[in-house]
Amino acid sequence: MKAIVCVKQVPDTQGKVAVKPDGTMDRAAMATITNPDDLNAVEAALQLKEETGCEVIVVTMGPPPAEGMLRELMARGADRGVLVSGREFGGSDTFATSQILAAAVNKIGVGPEDIVFCGRQAIDGDTAQVGPQIAEKLHMPQVTYVTEIQKKADGLVVKRMLEDGYMEMKVQTPCLLTCIKELNQPRYMSVPGIFECYAKPLDIFDYNALKDDPLIETDTIGLKGSPTNVYKSFAPPVKGAGMMVESVSQLVGILNDKHLI
Amino acid sequence: MAEYNAMDTAAFKGVWVFCEQREGAIQTISYQLLSEGRKLANDLGVELCGVVMGSEVNEGYVKALGGYGADRVYYIDSPLLKTYTTDGYAKVLCDLVQDKKPEIVLIGATNLGRDLGPRCAARLHTGLTADCTHLDVDVEKYKGFLRETSNIDVENTAFEENTNLKMTRPAFGGHLMATIICPRFRPQMSTVRPGVMQTQPFDEAGMNKVVIEKITPALTAEDIHVQVLDVKKSARKMVDLIGADVVVSVGRGISADPKKGIALAEELAGALGGVVGASRAVTDADWLPSDHQVGQTGKTVHPRIYVALGISGAIQHLAGMQDSETIIAVNKNASAPIFEAATYGVVGDLFKVLPDLIKEIKAIKAAQ
Ligand SMILES: Cc1cc2nc3c(=O)[nH]c(=O)nc-3n(C[C@H](O)[C@H](O)[C@H](O)COP(=O)(O)OP(=O)(O)OC[C@H]3O[C@@H](n4cnc5c(N)ncnc54)[C@H](O)[C@@H]3O)c2cc1C
Ligand SMILES: Cc1cc2nc3c(=O)[nH]c(=O)nc-3n(C[C@H](O)[C@H](O)[C@H](O)COP(=O)(O)OP(=O)(O)OC[C@H]3O[C@@H](n4cnc5c(N)ncnc54)[C@H](O)[C@@H]3O)c2cc1C
Repeated sequence: MKAIVCVKQVPDTQGKVAVKPDGTMDRAAMATITNPDDLNAVEAALQLKEETGCEVIVVTMGPPPAEGMLRELMARGADRGVLVSGREFGGSDTFATSQILAAAVNKIGVGPEDIVFCGRQAIDGDTAQVGPQIAEKLHMPQVTYVTEIQKKADGLVVKRMLEDGYMEMKVQTPCLLTCIKELNQPRYMSVPGIFECYAKPLDIFDYNALKDDPLIETDTIGLKGSPTNVYKSFAPPVKGAGMMVESVSQLVGILNDKHLI
Repeated sequence: MAEYNAMDTAAFKGVWVFCEQREGAIQTISYQLLSEGRKLANDLGVELCGVVMGSEVNEGYVKALGGYGADRVYYIDSPLLKTYTTDGYAKVLCDLVQDKKPEIVLIGATNLGRDLGPRCAARLHTGLTADCTHLDVDVEKYKGFLRETSNIDVENTAFEENTNLKMTRPAFGGHLMATIICPRFRPQMSTVRPGVMQTQPFDEAGMNKVVIEKITPALTAEDIHVQVLDVKKSARKMVDLIGADVVVSVGRGISADPKKGIALAEELAGALGGVVGASRAVTDADWLPSDHQVGQTGKTVHPRIYVALGISGAIQHLAGMQDSETIIAVNKNASAPIFEAATYGVVGDLFKVLPDLIKEIKAIKAAQ
């Protein structure tokens, strides 16, 4: 049994965010972190490993330095890593990204009891689309917004968060789950983990490694294979700063004059 | 039926809105999307269709969608659609799209819509744009929007004259706005978060002339690979932030005495006829339940008055409230970014400012 976790390296949008004058992000000026929801996905996989002894594989698509993130996740307990990297993959929207990640999962191989984990949403692209799109391409059932997972003999029982409560459902494996922060508390790297992580296997899947998968065509991956394009981008409008008032009485006076209260 | 080809863009016509129901009740996001879809359909000169899936949904509710702008409603009725499942809903929606070929499909970015939309876009081989805050088909209207909200030099920029859907959305936690297009594939799909678009007034005449097509889907139990065991509502009544006229929100600034800070916010909200919201710092600390959270990963609100108490003004918070009509901020740090978004700012300790503010407002209310 395997737990395959898709993990994205993202710029830290909570820190200093740099937008260039032409309306694109200055990624070089920003620190990178592991996408927060993906840490919950890795933790869920590690807990499953403790319960069942399954193998935990972390997969990322990104530039070569993303290897560092994979090593860190192996130091937390993942057994091996897969770095999906290639010029051909650049500029992919969520449709194309999920084609490539689904092909990578196919190459790893999906068994009847396996589970693919994703985060719900990456904090840069912010779409929450890649998880469900990978599930579609792998013809697997999906459950999104997962807050609880129980392994049963014939599948999983999971809780899925709704705006005003939750849904409890039974899902057959193999399946794909997208994880949210309510699911668990991610563990830290352990000291032995840090020593071991460099000895753990890490495969690199480039275009040639994946090209035989029918999902990988020049018109289904990369910029050319992306149905959506960024047409224009710009910094959000800055509103002129408001008026600072000196006292509560002045504020209430203004609000009253403007018939706001 | 001719073979379905998502790239044959000329074959696609009409604007669709997926009208979400839960326990038989149409969700308000559907009305917001129909109002927005109506504008797009008018600009394109095409029909606006609502799509409802469920089991024995009240006919009156289905008809009412006409009052919010729908010319036609496809009502897909099956016991298997009573409760949402990805497999069931995605199959029915994709089958219908492949049969009728709409050029635009709008879906609410709810926990269900965000599950359904990407699954369908992947199956239909088309693009999906997430969490749109502005939609245009008309180039002139789009230029007007850019003039108002961006630093783009519109007069010296080339724009292609076409009716492609221009879908504008925030990314990078709200630090960047991007307009996304899907020029080569149809339908052009987008999700929109609840509270972002305004509902237009109900129109009785529209309701009376709407055409309802009831469809029995080709869906069997074998198509659905999950089994819903239970749907539980949380016992507590949820706060209606999106519909509120006034929202008084608290942030980490209440940490010295969270109970007292919330009590003061409730008192102020009571005096103003509003409800209490929160920053994520507050919901993460469990001082208030998560349905109170305003922001990028919480709710989008645009009340008449928004009061931010002890909230620093992180971009993820601003994303959910910056379109409020009047914003009042109380913060002890004069350089807190919230003051840049505020209409009126008070520098001070909220535990000292609030009792005075409540007293003076109550005095005015009593005199009215
Ligand atoms: C400004 C801007 C706006 C955009 N808007 C859209 C849009 O509306 N529609 C669209 O289709 N594309 C859009 N894109 C492209 C999109 O951001 C990229 O395709 C991105 O690679 C994946 O989307 P995401 O960041 O939203 O991921 P999400 O869908 O939010 O990610 C969900 C989960 O999928 C997994 N995952 C995602 N990416 C990877 C990866 N590279 N490696 C491993 N696992 C991963 C992770 O588990 C993650 O938690 C936009 C890009 C930009 C720059
Ligand atoms: C992916 C992602 C999504 C997010 N989504 C959201 C979201 O939806 N909503 C959201 O709110 N945040 C969200 N955040 C978190 C956000 O970045 C901020 O961390 C959060 O909004 C901070 O909350 P705060 O302003 O209450 O706390 P802080 O930033 O700690 O600010 C507290 C403020 O209170 C002031 N203060 C302290 N004591 C007093 C006092 N006695 N009287 C008056 N003022 C006082 C301080 O000067 C300070 O400005 C998100 C973050 C990420 C990464």
